[in-house]
Amino acid sequence: MSNRLINWFKFASPQSFYPLAGRMIPWFWALTAVFGAIGLWISFFVAPTDAVQGEGYRIIFIHVPASWMSMFIYLVMAAWAGLGLALNTRLSGMMAQALAPTGALMAFISLWTGAFWGKPMWGTWWVWDARLTSELILFFLYIGFIALQAAIDDPRRADKAGAVMALVGVVNVPIIYFSVKWWNTLHQGASVSMTKSPSMAQTMLWGMLVMALCFWMYSIAVALMRVRAIILERETHTEWVRELPEVKE
Amino acid sequence: MSAFLAIVRRDLLLAMRRKSEVLTALFFFIIVVSLFPLGIGPEPALLKKIAPGILWVAALLSTMLSLNRLFATDHADGTLEQLVLSPTPLGLLVAGKIGAHWLTSGLPLVLLAPVLGLQFDLDTSALGILVVALLLGTPLLSLIGAIGAALTLGVRGGGVLLSLLVLPLYIPALIFGAGAVEAHISGLGATGHLSLLAALLALAAFFAPWATTAALRIALE
Repeated sequence: MSNRLINWFKFASPQSFYPLAGRMIPWFWALTAVFGAIGLWISFFVAPTDAVQGEGYRIIFIHVPASWMSMFIYLVMAAWAGLGLALNTRLSGMMAQALAPTGALMAFISLWTGAFWGKPMWGTWWVWDARLTSELILFFLYIGFIALQAAIDDPRRADKAGAVMALVGVVNVPIIYFSVKWWNTLHQGASVSMTKSPSMAQTMLWGMLVMALCFWMYSIAVALMRVRAIILERETHTEWVRELPEVKE
Repeated sequence: MSAFLAIVRRDLLLAMRRKSEVLTALFFFIIVVSLFPLGIGPEPALLKKIAPGILWVAALLSTMLSLNRLFATDHADGTLEQLVLSPTPLGLLVAGKIGAHWLTSGLPLVLLAPVLGLQFDLDTSALGILVVALLLGTPLLSLIGAIGAALTLGVRGGGVLLSLLVLPLYIPALIFGAGAVEAHISGLGATGHLSLLAALLALAAFFAPWATTAALRIALE
């Protein structure tokens, strides 16, 4: 048992994680491609045309997975940040830093496709709906995290400050979500409701789930590529980086 | 406890010696609030409707202005290091600094808000709710802001970065604070909003000094 524990911590060092990440990246890209192909096939050819919304509804196959991932990545980022603060491992901070741009991208895609969806369905690009507003605030939180990390030159301090920020953010996310929800019910009636839509066809749900897997694998692959770049950047002074074949060339 | 009071006294004394800084933030609040009717138009019905929101947004912005100085001057002259080294728990000292910050930047806003509310045609009971909401909400702004101020201590472009970090976290306070007055005006009663605001304040009063302490230790490492 103790042996296994040591094995896990071995990969907490950038030196041993770097080649491991390199070996995992092609697999995650392959999974992304497979799930993406299946998911897109389901969403374009198998899933039936929606009776109310027509063909335009198909954007949810991008929109919903992107919103799920934007929330999930924030949680993962905060978990890495907490781990980094608790165990003082360097890799945790690097992982949190590597995840943030992907999370921000997902939040942005979710807002963007939401606007594309809203225009034909609701007749407007934007409504101050509780979900839209909290997604926008989540996007702001990502931007704040990235800006804080970018502003601090010392990488160790940047990691720790970012970790505190991510943890403060993750405590606030549910509070913000509920406050926005109650604010919304106070201000406007339920003119637009996404929850009251008729129950979804089974194939639509499958399409969404497979696309979510595709987005998930993509996020892991990109985060691993980014963390490799961050490791190289921060460890340039070390012997093992200079010995790497891709650096030597 | 004596250390807490000593810190509050010291920060209040420093603020009294440099009155202009406190007054600048206060006049910023007044000017921002007065700009809205000029931009929107003088219709009393519309102004009455948007008054709580405007007063609250102006309070958020003027708190942001004074947050920068919460730790920056102490950091510059080395006092902050001495506070960290002192045998008294840093959380207590930080709580004292936050308390002093509220007394110099939050409390004046609370006292001024009803006067500005009169310009927006709010009636007496709405003004009372506004004062209570601000009384509960402005300490919350100081507490959450202190975390941001500690995180951005000595960082390039700290001021703008601070607003980017802290303003999204202020949203619940804004919603419940302005919502309390609006709910009262529309006859729904403000107790629910005020209770939630008080709950947030209790949570922040417990966690924020602690998070600020962690952030300060990181900044001084």
